[in-house]
Amino acid sequence: MNKRTYIAFLFFSLLFLQVFVLNNILFLGHINPYLYVAFVILYPLKEERFPFLFLSFLLGLSIDLFSDSGGINAFSLLFVAYIRLFFVRVFLKKTAQDYLLFNLHQEPFGNVFNYVMTLIVIHHFILFSLANFSTQNFSDVLVNTLYASVFTAVLFFLGTYIIRKKK
Amino acid sequence: MQQLIYFIQKYKYFLFFLLLSFVSLFFTINNTNFHKSKFISSANKITGGLYEKSSQFSNYLKLKTQNEELILENTRLKNQLKFLNSKIDTVLDFTVIDSLHFHQKYVYSNARIIKNSYHKKNNYITINRGSKQGLHKEMAVINNKGIIGIIDDVSGDYSRIQSILNSNSKINARLKNSFHFGTLLWNGKDYNIVQLEDIPRQATVQIGDTIVTGGKSTIFPEGILIGTVKNSDTKNSLRSIDIQLFNDMSNIGHVYIVKSLDKTEINTLENSENE
Repeated sequence: MNKRTYIAFLFFSLLFLQVFVLNNILFLGHINPYLYVAFVILYPLKEERFPFLFLSFLLGLSIDLFSDSGGINAFSLLFVAYIRLFFVRVFLKKTAQDYLLFNLHQEPFGNVFNYVMTLIVIHHFILFSLANFSTQNFSDVLVNTLYASVFTAVLFFLGTYIIRKKK
Repeated sequence: MQQLIYFIQKYKYFLFFLLLSFVSLFFTINNTNFHKSKFISSANKITGGLYEKSSQFSNYLKLKTQNEELILENTRLKNQLKFLNSKIDTVLDFTVIDSLHFHQKYVYSNARIIKNSYHKKNNYITINRGSKQGLHKEMAVINNKGIIGIIDDVSGDYSRIQSILNSNSKINARLKNSFHFGTLLWNGKDYNIVQLEDIPRQATVQIGDTIVTGGKSTIFPEGILIGTVKNSDTKNSLRSIDIQLFNDMSNIGHVYIVKSLDKTEINTLENSENE
């Protein structure tokens, strides 16, 4: 698949999946997975980052448009997009030379797990803190972050496993 | 100058990140304010249209319960009509026409919910009517069981409602059997329970008492049902009463929009008093 069509496909499928399916799950009354963070994880690594940062911002903003949440999804997705390269260096030990041949599925599972989990937890924590928008109910923020992160991670790993099996 | 260019070169991604962050934080803060115009809301052509399509599909599955609710409401309205007819009989005709035409304070119109949320801290609902159908900001939204919220943003064909399940929502409410009134708020925990605060201490509140809208604001008519008292904490000086809503906010379909005809008149009067 062409790289540009791959990104467009990723963008729109994650947007509509999030808005029309995942936002209505409400497991145990209020827990939703926020799988659109997979956009940041699956976007190809590159030195040039302007399109990547902008598309992440745009995806977050589109989800905000649908869910009437101001700009909280936009900010949290933009933030993890910005700090992604740092975690690529820390957990996967890749530098700028390795970006071209990088494939997430060929890395050891332990490293990938740490990398994905860190991004998901940071994203969810910022998302719920901004949604709360005050210092009250901080325990709710932590509990929601924990549950939603586990939910998102399970969906992400199951999803990538199933899609990879087909190929 | 060279230093500056070097600086921008070095930190270009960070500066771009900062710019986009400011934009998104601006939208976030803007969204918490009721009176500001909204840039990011689901009441626009694209999102509204997509939600309309998806709700048409899911509405089909709820037809049975909606029909039952309509039958119940029809029965109630027919009973009221018969009751009023019996009263009108004793009064002369022309006064009746007068009171109907010259003292009508509210106009009702109907709409369908195309997007509902109830699990977040600030919940919004989108309906399939907009400024083309004469809606504008600060109109009340109710259904046959009780209040739903207030319109806070309109586009051509769609409007966004600030649900009563929103931490910014404040609605005047009172006890049905006395005229002590308070403010209806939501603490963000359970979507079937809202809080009534600032009720005077001398008001006697029993568990099971009905709470209705107070009519002290220009938005809601008086006496629209809200819910029943679930528990009242009399020891606490800051009295907060839990109200069990009549509406199941997770399962609402058709709503009525209430337009207050006297609103501008009352507002001008109140503002001139302040000056």
